Amino acid sequence: MQPLLEVKNLCVEFAMRSQVLRALRDVSFTIGKGERLGLVGESGAGKTLTGFSILNLISKPGYISGGSILFEGRDLAELTIEQIRDIRGNRISMIFQDPMMTLNPVLTIRTQMVETIKAHQKISDKEAEKIALDKLQRVYIPSPEKRLDQYPHELSGGMRQRIVIAISLLTNPGLIIADEPTTALDVTIQAEIMDLLLELCRDEDMGLLLITHDLAVVSEVTQKIAVMYAGRIVEMGPTRDVVDHPEHPYTRGLIAALPQSCDQGQRLLQIPGIMPSLANLPSGCSFHPRCELCQDICKREVPVLETKASGRHVACFMVK
Amino acid sequence: MQPTRSRWRRFRESFFLHDFLHDRLALTSFIVLVILLVLGLGAPFFAPSNPYDPSTYDLLNAEQPPAFMENGQAQFPLGTDAQGRDMYSTMLYGMRVSLIIGFGAVLMQAFIGIVVGLISGYFGGRLDSALMRLADVQLSFSTYMVAIFISAIFQAAFGVAMYEKIAIPLLILVIGFAEWPQYARTVRASVLAEKKKEYVEAARVIGLSKRRIMFRHILPNTLSPVFVISTIQVANAIMSEAALSFVGLGMPVTMPSLGSLINVGFEYIFSGSWWITLFPGIVLVVLVLVINLLGDWLRDYLNPKLYKG
Repeated sequence: MQPLLEVKNLCVEFAMRSQVLRALRDVSFTIGKGERLGLVGESGAGKTLTGFSILNLISKPGYISGGSILFEGRDLAELTIEQIRDIRGNRISMIFQDPMMTLNPVLTIRTQMVETIKAHQKISDKEAEKIALDKLQRVYIPSPEKRLDQYPHELSGGMRQRIVIAISLLTNPGLIIADEPTTALDVTIQAEIMDLLLELCRDEDMGLLLITHDLAVVSEVTQKIAVMYAGRIVEMGPTRDVVDHPEHPYTRGLIAALPQSCDQGQRLLQIPGIMPSLANLPSGCSFHPRCELCQDICKREVPVLETKASGRHVACFMVK
Repeated sequence: MQPTRSRWRRFRESFFLHDFLHDRLALTSFIVLVILLVLGLGAPFFAPSNPYDPSTYDLLNAEQPPAFMENGQAQFPLGTDAQGRDMYSTMLYGMRVSLIIGFGAVLMQAFIGIVVGLISGYFGGRLDSALMRLADVQLSFSTYMVAIFISAIFQAAFGVAMYEKIAIPLLILVIGFAEWPQYARTVRASVLAEKKKEYVEAARVIGLSKRRIMFRHILPNTLSPVFVISTIQVANAIMSEAALSFVGLGMPVTMPSLGSLINVGFEYIFSGSWWITLFPGIVLVVLVLVINLLGDWLRDYLNPKLYKG
């Protein structure tokens, strides 16, 4: 069966004044219908950029330089602006980090919801409002009729994020891209929002691309996980396996750095060094200067993502 | 949980109204402005005689002093001008002309300026540079120079009789066109700040069109500075009109504005008829002053950094 979303060898470049920066290199993954994939990595690894390039939202000087993004049989990288606008917010919705910033402060919730529906469907305001109310109930917002007339600043952070999720549900999308949806919220609300997302994806059979740097959140919600480093996917596999038995040295470092994998009273482990800047990536494997298993071949050649003995995809020469 | 409040109730309980009612200067200015607006725009109802109709006044009554002076006649409370028109009526009509031109010109400035500013700020790049350079060029000509140029050409081309008929729209056009860069720059600056915010990204993700994002999402967020400069620009436009009229390029004497009344009276000031110039002058100053004071209050209110506790 054809997957819902199939990203193949996606490359994104930024044409700067003096050089071309390769921000994404050969990123490939698939999301099946109703499947949930977590994309994790440090800041600047290219997680958000991947999400944005799926909707063709990269702004200049960035551009997609290669690869394909097949969604429901169509290559999104090839579509015109008009065609892609029909997919944005309709078949694929996106949820952003900070719900205060994503809702327009001067428009009521009603205006923003009705407008979203009417951008994609030819229906009356009355009908659109009905759908809006239905979705607000779907995300467990108390007294939804009242919320419609309120402005974003009158609502709490958790409530706002629920409304953002309700807006993303309005057109019954096949895929939701959630870019760190809980980073701006406090921990209890985080759990509620993640449970809600999980429930919605299961009930509506929606695909989810969860972009985050929080491994705990990913392991709770997703079925598959892809770890990114300096614009590449370095390890991909079923979430449980990857979290329990990481194979790539970078993933291992990430998991070891979690506070809960450390004994009480001991120093937290960390991966030495920082992620290289895109302007001067090291030769060979981008991770080699920080890697404890580094050999000569790592400095010369770039490892590709390949299936290892365990059945998992790992981009490392040292993993058999 | 409190029930949803009606619009009127929200307004009545707002900080805006509270702050306004507790600022005596703003409240007084507002009351004076409303009185002037009602008197000016309702001139035909409040004026005892119609200064536009030559059959209602008599040259023999020319330069009568105000009623409170010796020789004053009760019929002319503020005296008469050089043509025997009742000053009070003429001033009301004149204020109406000044107000219409002031607000009309600002509407026009705001329209051109907002559209240009939005496009310039949102699209950026070469279009932005081109439009902003155009604004710079426009600003480097003084308003008066542009206005004098256009009205001089017009008077020469169509004759003075024709000019009298279209003086009001022409002045609106001239003053409006000369000052649009003020709006364009202000709006552009706000748009540059707003378009980086995530709600704009979110609107793009939803799949809305550029036009909708610009006018529906970004524009309302840039309006507070627009309101503030609007008040100042109304005052400026009224002053510009008065200045143009004073040098004889504004409203004709048959349809005087405050500025042309001051101008006409100026010729008689040394023959002792000071009231022809002084009264319209006072009205003009009060009108511009209260608008500016209201603008100041609005700016303070909308600027959280200047919060006065």
